Amino acid sequence: MTSTQKIFAALVLAALVVPFVPGLIYPIFVMKVMCYGLFACAFNLLLGFTGLVSFAHAAFLGTAGYVTGALMIRFGAHPLGVPAAFAAGVAAAALVGFAIGGLAIRRRGIYFAMITLALSQIVYFLAVQFRWTGGEDGLQGIPRGSLLGLDLASDTVMYYVALALFCAGFLFVERVVHSPFGQILQAVRDNEARATSLGYDAGRFQLLAFVLSAAVAGYAGALKALVFGLVSLNDVSLHTSTEVVLMTLLGGVGTLLGPLVGAALVVGLQNYLATIGDLVTVVIGLIFIVCVSFFRRGLVGEFLHWRRRRAERARPLPAREPPVVAKVA
Amino acid sequence: MSDITLQAFMAQLTVGLIGGCFYAMLSMGLAIIFGLLNIINFTHGAQFMMAAFLAWIGLTQVGPWLGQPDLQVNFWLALVLAPALVAVFGMAIERTLLRRLYHLDHLYGLLLTFGVALVMEGGFRYFFGVSGQGYEPPEILQGPVDVGFMLLPKYRVFVVVASLLICFATWYLFERTKLGAYLRAGTENPRLLQAFGINVPVMITLTYGFGVALAGIAGVLAAPIMQVTPLMGGSLLNIVFAVVVIGGLGSILGAMVTGLGLGLIEGLTKVVYPEASTVVVFVIMALALLVRPAGLFGREA
Amino acid sequence: MRSRVIGCALGLSLALASAASAADKVSDGVVRIGILNDLSGIYSDFTGRGSAVAAQIAIDEMGGKVLGAPVELVAADHQNKPDIAANLAREWFDQGKVDMIADFPTSSTALAVMEIAKQKNRVTMLSAGVAMAAITDKCSPLNAQWMVNTYALAAGTAKALLKAGRKSWYFVTADYTFGHSLEKDASAVVEAEGGKVLGVSRHPFPGGDFSSFMLKAQASGAQVIALANAGNDTINAVKQAAEYGIGRSDKQVIAPLLTYITDVKSLGLAKAQDMYLTEAFYWDYDDRSRAFAEKYFAKMKRMPSASQAAVYSAALNYLKAIQAAGTDEAGAVMATLRTMTIDDAVIRNGRLRADGALVHDLLLLQVKKPAESKRDWDFYDVRAVLKGDDVYPKPSDACPLNAKG
Repeated sequence: MTSTQKIFAALVLAALVVPFVPGLIYPIFVMKVMCYGLFACAFNLLLGFTGLVSFAHAAFLGTAGYVTGALMIRFGAHPLGVPAAFAAGVAAAALVGFAIGGLAIRRRGIYFAMITLALSQIVYFLAVQFRWTGGEDGLQGIPRGSLLGLDLASDTVMYYVALALFCAGFLFVERVVHSPFGQILQAVRDNEARATSLGYDAGRFQLLAFVLSAAVAGYAGALKALVFGLVSLNDVSLHTSTEVVLMTLLGGVGTLLGPLVGAALVVGLQNYLATIGDLVTVVIGLIFIVCVSFFRRGLVGEFLHWRRRRAERARPLPAREPPVVAKVA
Repeated sequence: MSDITLQAFMAQLTVGLIGGCFYAMLSMGLAIIFGLLNIINFTHGAQFMMAAFLAWIGLTQVGPWLGQPDLQVNFWLALVLAPALVAVFGMAIERTLLRRLYHLDHLYGLLLTFGVALVMEGGFRYFFGVSGQGYEPPEILQGPVDVGFMLLPKYRVFVVVASLLICFATWYLFERTKLGAYLRAGTENPRLLQAFGINVPVMITLTYGFGVALAGIAGVLAAPIMQVTPLMGGSLLNIVFAVVVIGGLGSILGAMVTGLGLGLIEGLTKVVYPEASTVVVFVIMALALLVRPAGLFGREA
Repeated sequence: MRSRVIGCALGLSLALASAASAADKVSDGVVRIGILNDLSGIYSDFTGRGSAVAAQIAIDEMGGKVLGAPVELVAADHQNKPDIAANLAREWFDQGKVDMIADFPTSSTALAVMEIAKQKNRVTMLSAGVAMAAITDKCSPLNAQWMVNTYALAAGTAKALLKAGRKSWYFVTADYTFGHSLEKDASAVVEAEGGKVLGVSRHPFPGGDFSSFMLKAQASGAQVIALANAGNDTINAVKQAAEYGIGRSDKQVIAPLLTYITDVKSLGLAKAQDMYLTEAFYWDYDDRSRAFAEKYFAKMKRMPSASQAAVYSAALNYLKAIQAAGTDEAGAVMATLRTMTIDDAVIRNGRLRADGALVHDLLLLQVKKPAESKRDWDFYDVRAVLKGDDVYPKPSDACPLNAKG
C-alpha cells in the first residue's frame, strides 16, 4: 500500500462510522463532499496529469445529472432503474465530453481553456431551452429508487451506497493514473515533442483523457442527482466550473488526495459562509489569490513537498520535481 | 422576416454596431494584454465595471463625501480620470501579484485575475448593492438625432464615433509605430529587447495598464447605456472571450474586426431568432475553430 | 451566528426547566423560523438582510413567544444555488430545530426546499418565490406562496390596462420559465378580454442591450409594451427605452410585469415615470402599511419591498396559527392557516387555498413623475385595488391537492 492508499483507507474508515455519531458530522454534508470530491478528482485527472485546463467540467456534471435525474423521474421505480439511469448519465457526459474535447483539442494551452469555456456556454443555453431539464426551475424530487433490493430512500442506506460508489470512482481514477495510459499522459504533459517522437499520438491520448475525465465528472453528477434529488442550472454553470478549479488548486493539483481535501474545504466553506452572507464572493476570490500567489502546490502538495524535503535531508537522493503543472507552450 | 422593413432592418444593424463597438474595445484590450503578457485577463470585466462605477461615484458621490454637494466630476473628466485610475489599480496588481507568475503556466495568471475579479465584484456589491445605479449622459448628448432611417440617441452616435476612433488609434499605435514594434518584439523575444536597452518589465506594466485603460474607457462609455451594476462586466466578458478566440488571441486587428462583426451578427440574430442572440457568438466560435483553428486572424498555424 | 444559536439554546434549556409544561405542545421547546434567501447576489436588494429584519419585527410583535415557547430566527444565504439551499434546509430541519423556512427569491431554490420540507413535515412560505409550479404541478400541502405568483401579477396589470382601453400588446420576454409564464398568462388575459398580441421578442438572460427589442416593440405600434422579465433586465429595458424616447407618450406605455420598488428606486423616477405595474404591497398605501414600513425603515434605512413585507406577514400569521392550533406540527398549522382570514399591515383579504396560493388584494400602481414625488420612496400612485378572486388563477388540475376539495 502506498501512503496515499493508506490515508484514503483511513478516510473511508472514518466515513464508515459517521452515521453512528450523528452529532459529529452531518452525514448529508459528507455525501456532498464525496460528490464534489469525485468531481474534483475528475478535473484533476485532466489538469494534473495532462496539463489541460477545462472550464467546461460543470457541463459534464450537469449533463449527467439531468439525464440521470430525468430518467429516474420516469423509470425510477424499475428495479434496474438506478444502474440504467446512472450508466446513461455517465455515457451522456462522456459524449458531451467527446464533442467539447474533440473541438477544443485542436488548440493548446490557454486557447484550449477558452474554447471549453465558450462551448460550455452552449450546454448551459441548451439546459435553459430544453423542456426536460426544467429550465431555471431545474429538476426536483428525483426519486432515489432502489439498488439490489436496498431502498435508497433511507438516508443511511443511501450514505453507504454513496460511499461505495465514491470509493469505486476514486480507485478507478487512481488506477488510471498509475496505468501505462496514465504514464503516457504524464509523458505527453511533460514533453509533448518527446512523446510524439516515441510514436505516441499526443492529441489522441489527450482526447481520451478528456473523455475519461468528463465521464468521471458525469459519474459524480449522477451520484449527486441521486443523493440530493435535484439538478439545476447551477450544476452546468461557469460558476461550478470555476469552483472545481478552486477545489483542485486548493487541495493540490496532480495529487490524488488533494482534490478530496479541496472539495471538503470548499463545500465546508460554502456552508459556513452561508450564515455570514454578504462577502462570500470576496472570500472565495481572496482564497484564489492566496492560493495562486503563495500556495501553488495546494495543501496536500505542500505537505508532500515538505515530507519529501525532510526525507531528502535524512538521506540525500536526486531531487525530484514536485508535481506542479508543467509550462505549456 | 417579411414584415421587417428596410428601415427597421437598418435600425437593428445600427444597434448591433453599437454593441459591436463595446466588444471591439474590450477584446482589443484583452488581445493586447494577451499578446505581451501571455495572460488571459479575467479581471477585464471587473475593470470595465469599476470604471463605470468610478464615473458614477464621481458624478454623484464625491461631492457629498467631501461635504460639497455641488462638486461633480462630469462625464468628460470621468472619461479620462476613471480609466486612468483603473489602469493604475491594474498596474499595481500587475506589479505585486501578476509579475510573480510569468514564469509559470498561463493557468495561474488566469486564476489570479479571476480571483481579483471576484473580490472586486463582491466588494462593489457589498458597498453599492446589486440593483445598480443610473448615470445620465452629459446634457449636450441627450436627446435623439434623426439619421434618416431612425431616431438615434445622440449619445449612441457619440459612442460609435468615439470607440471607432479609439480602436483605430490603438491599432495604429501597436501596428504602425516604433513603439508598437518594440512591444511586438517584446512578445517575441524579451531578452533581445532588454539587450537593446529597453526596460522590458516597465514596458509590460505599461502595456497592461493600457489594455486595462481600454476596458475602463469602454466602462465609462457604457455607464449611461447600461445600468451601472457590479455584474455588468461579468456577463459581457464571456462573449468578449469568444470574440478574442474567433479573432485569434493576440491579434489586435482581429479583435477589432471580429468584435464589430459579431456585434452586427448579434444584432441580426436579435431580429430573426432573439433567443439565440447570446449563444450565436459561441456557435460561430465553434464553427470558426473547425475551419480555422488559429482563429480568423491568428498568426500561428 | 452559530455560537449565538448555541447560546440561545442553552438559555432556552434553563428556561425550559422552570416552565416545561408551557412548551409541551411545541416540538423541541422552541419555534425557529428560518429565512433562506440571497444575501450577496442579484436578488439581495429586495430580499437579503431586509427579509430577516422584517421577520424579526413580526416576532417582536408576537412578544417573542408562542404557546410559552420562545421564537427564534435564523438566516442564511443560499447563494441562489438549489443544492446549497437544499442542504441548509435539511440541516436546519434535521439538527437545527427549524420549523418553517421562508423567502426563496429563485424558483429552483423554492422548489428544492419545498420538496425536502414535505419529506420532513415542516412548513415553507414562499414570500419571494413567485413561480407557478409551486401551486400547480409541484404543489405541496405544507407550502404557502405568501406574496403573489406570476399569473396574478400578469393578469392584474393586463386586466387593468385593457379596461383602460389599451388593447394591443407587445411582449419583451426573458427566455426563461418565469418570463414565459408571465408572457403566457398575460397574453391569455389580453386575448380573453378582446385585446391583441402584436408580437413577442424573447431575449436571452441576462439581456444587456435591449434597444433592439424595444425598437421592435415600438415599431409594432402596440399600445402596451409589456416586459415579461425582472431585475436588471427590466431596469435596462426601461432605461434604454427612455433613451430612445419609447413609452414616453400616452399612445404607448411600458408595463413591467414583475417589478419591485427597489427596481424603481434604482431606475429613478425620471426614467420610470408613468409605468404601470402590479405589486402585492406598497408601503405608502394606508396607515397600517405605513406604520409597519416606518418600523422597518428605522432598522434598514430603506422602505421594504413587497417580498420583504411578505416575510413579515408570513412569520406573523405562522405564529398566530401556531397559537390558534395549540401546536407547531406542520399539518395542523397549515390547516389552521387555511381557516384564517389573513388581514394585517401587508396582506389584505387574504385566504390560503388548498394548493398553497394566498389569494389576496393586489395593488395596481403607476409610477409618479419626479415633480409629484414628495420624498424619497414616494414612488407610486395607487390606481386600483385588485380583488384577489379577479386576478388569481383558478386552482389548477395539475395540483393533486385541488382534486380533493
